[in-house]
Amino acid sequence: MLIPTAVLSGMGLIAGLGLAVAARVFAVETDPRQDAVNDVLPGANCGGCGFAGCSDFAAAVVDGKASPVDCPVCDDAARQAIGAVMGLEVATTQRQVALVMCQGDESVAKHSFRYNGQASCASADLYGGGDKVCLHGCLGLADCQAVCTFGAIEMTEQGIARVIPARCTGCGKCIAACPKHIVSLIPADAKVHVLCANTDKGGPAKRACDVACIGCKKCEKAFAEDPRITISNNLAYVDYENAPTDPGLVETCPTGALVFRDLNALDSDGKEVRPN
Amino acid sequence: MKFKGGIHPHYRKVTADRPIRELPLLPRYIVPIGQHIGAPGEVIVERGQEVLRGQALTKPAGFVSVPVHAPTSGKIKKIADYAHPMGRPQLAIELIPDGEDRWSDEISPVGDWRELSPNILRDAIRDAGIVGMGGATFPTHVKLSPPADKPIDLLILNGAECEPYLTSDHRIMLESAADVNEGIGLMMRVLGVDKAVVGIENNKVDAREALAVSRPPGLDITYELLETKYPQGSEKHLIYALSGREVPAGGLPMDAGIVVQNVGTAAACLEAVRDGHPMTERVVTVTGGAVAHPDNLLVRVGTPLQDVIDFCGGLAVDTGKIIYGGPMMGMVQFDLDSPILKGTSGVLCLKDEEVSQFEGGPCIRCGNCVDACPMFLVPSQMGLLVERSRWEDLGDHHLSDCIECGSCAYVCPSRRPLVQYFKRGKLEWRAWQEKQQNESEQNNESA
Repeated sequence: MLIPTAVLSGMGLIAGLGLAVAARVFAVETDPRQDAVNDVLPGANCGGCGFAGCSDFAAAVVDGKASPVDCPVCDDAARQAIGAVMGLEVATTQRQVALVMCQGDESVAKHSFRYNGQASCASADLYGGGDKVCLHGCLGLADCQAVCTFGAIEMTEQGIARVIPARCTGCGKCIAACPKHIVSLIPADAKVHVLCANTDKGGPAKRACDVACIGCKKCEKAFAEDPRITISNNLAYVDYENAPTDPGLVETCPTGALVFRDLNALDSDGKEVRPN
Repeated sequence: MKFKGGIHPHYRKVTADRPIRELPLLPRYIVPIGQHIGAPGEVIVERGQEVLRGQALTKPAGFVSVPVHAPTSGKIKKIADYAHPMGRPQLAIELIPDGEDRWSDEISPVGDWRELSPNILRDAIRDAGIVGMGGATFPTHVKLSPPADKPIDLLILNGAECEPYLTSDHRIMLESAADVNEGIGLMMRVLGVDKAVVGIENNKVDAREALAVSRPPGLDITYELLETKYPQGSEKHLIYALSGREVPAGGLPMDAGIVVQNVGTAAACLEAVRDGHPMTERVVTVTGGAVAHPDNLLVRVGTPLQDVIDFCGGLAVDTGKIIYGGPMMGMVQFDLDSPILKGTSGVLCLKDEEVSQFEGGPCIRCGNCVDACPMFLVPSQMGLLVERSRWEDLGDHHLSDCIECGSCAYVCPSRRPLVQYFKRGKLEWRAWQEKQQNESEQNNESA
């Protein structure tokens, strides 16, 4: 009993010493600033910056190949902290979150056929643009949810994707994953949104979905001067540089495509409180 | 010679004895401008314009492009996006017939093909808007223009019709055997080959007899019976079965010195030259348990699906699926307005009980698909790679050689949507390759 214990302890001691020596002799010199930057980064390795992961991004920042604002996930405080480490002046930026520009769930959107293939939006989109009459609507097969590293996208019971703004870091991966291109990054402070991407004319749009934007221009006309919502190609677009804030504005929309939603108002689950 | 793999589905060719009947003139036609592989033509008519039967409505935009023609005389009501068999609405010309069905003055016979030069014949085929009628709709004049460095010594005619239910090629071979044979001679002249082989599955012995009896003197055409097996009508398998040659991976039949054409296309080419008639109608098999009177119809291109079905006695209440083409490779339709195209060989209307609706399960690695794959691929593995978005590994498995015949999905006990995986995988693999290429170019520039 004693001998095996002694032999094992001895082996452990020798191996440990070897490792300690190796760590000294073969140590790789790194810029201490790289570790400091890495500590501030979110550590999610989401790849939203275009680098292989957070430590790769930190190395790029230290080398001057990337700027602190290139990390889409960092909030303003983290960016300032990186700036402090690097001795850089970092401009304050506004937080951005993703928003799914569609409310066409099972209760309002019409279907053209029954799809029973692979559960992936991109695959369904190959078949005539998917099973919804609206060719711009959320297909609800969760390609965006699958790529979200932050658990910030949920599929509603009625079958469309919805972003949880409190968890969204604005990395933009869902935007690339959506075959319908209906996820956008918008300022988190914006409160009035057009939740529709249908560019068809009024009649077909309304036939496809009850809550479609029909391009009627009523919201556009609410602004005599200084337009903050404009209609182009039968669809209303909010000017997020100069976003409207008046909750009463949604009353002008006859279909309900224009909604008032305060993305910063959250309930205890981190989910937003639904208006109405 | 027999190829390895493939399947033996129930053929259900119930319309094989039905002679071709012509569908009467209808109150409206919707002619999409894109009915072929390649660039759609440019519209050369206007809303409100009166057109005559056979008049060109578009002009080709590039080499791999053909025009479409007015199916009858009448007035153009609208040029807009209409339902299209491929799924998404596409630009189409809506024509309201005037009922007179007058041919355009420009339509006149080109001449006797035996005396015309290959170039004139080729131009006549292009101007008639002829595309492969087997369903792939590749412009025929392009296939008949092999580059100089690919010598062609054999023309193969596809009369296999290996898809279950379809009988349109069968009827064409029976009823227009002389036209098919003349059309083959015409194509041989264009290509400058002296030998042609027609491949026919051995469930259509009568079609072989009809063709052999009417073979024009002086033409070296042989008629071979092939094993009845799916996908016997696939270009590469037909070539192997008839000549023993193999088309190299990623290559075309011309790499093996061969051009393959459908028998219906041969007859259409003859009509284009002998009568000057452009491709404005085709034979369509309307079949399946959900139509009252299955039949073979001569239908004008642009006929809305609804009218074809009405002519055959309407749809059953419990219709489950309507497919353009055969059940193995056809396109499912969901809009009764979508028109018959140049490549629509069949309208298959299935009852609910004839359709298997299912959700695929996990792969159980049984290997049935590997035995069934006529291209010697490993569908199970490719399906798993697509399911896991591992696009970069698809090239190693030669996904691009998949002919999407559906044999793998047919035998899969887990009922996995394998063909759908491969269609998606092909797109993603191509996108991945392009991305790699762009990145390496950028690296070269910065280096």
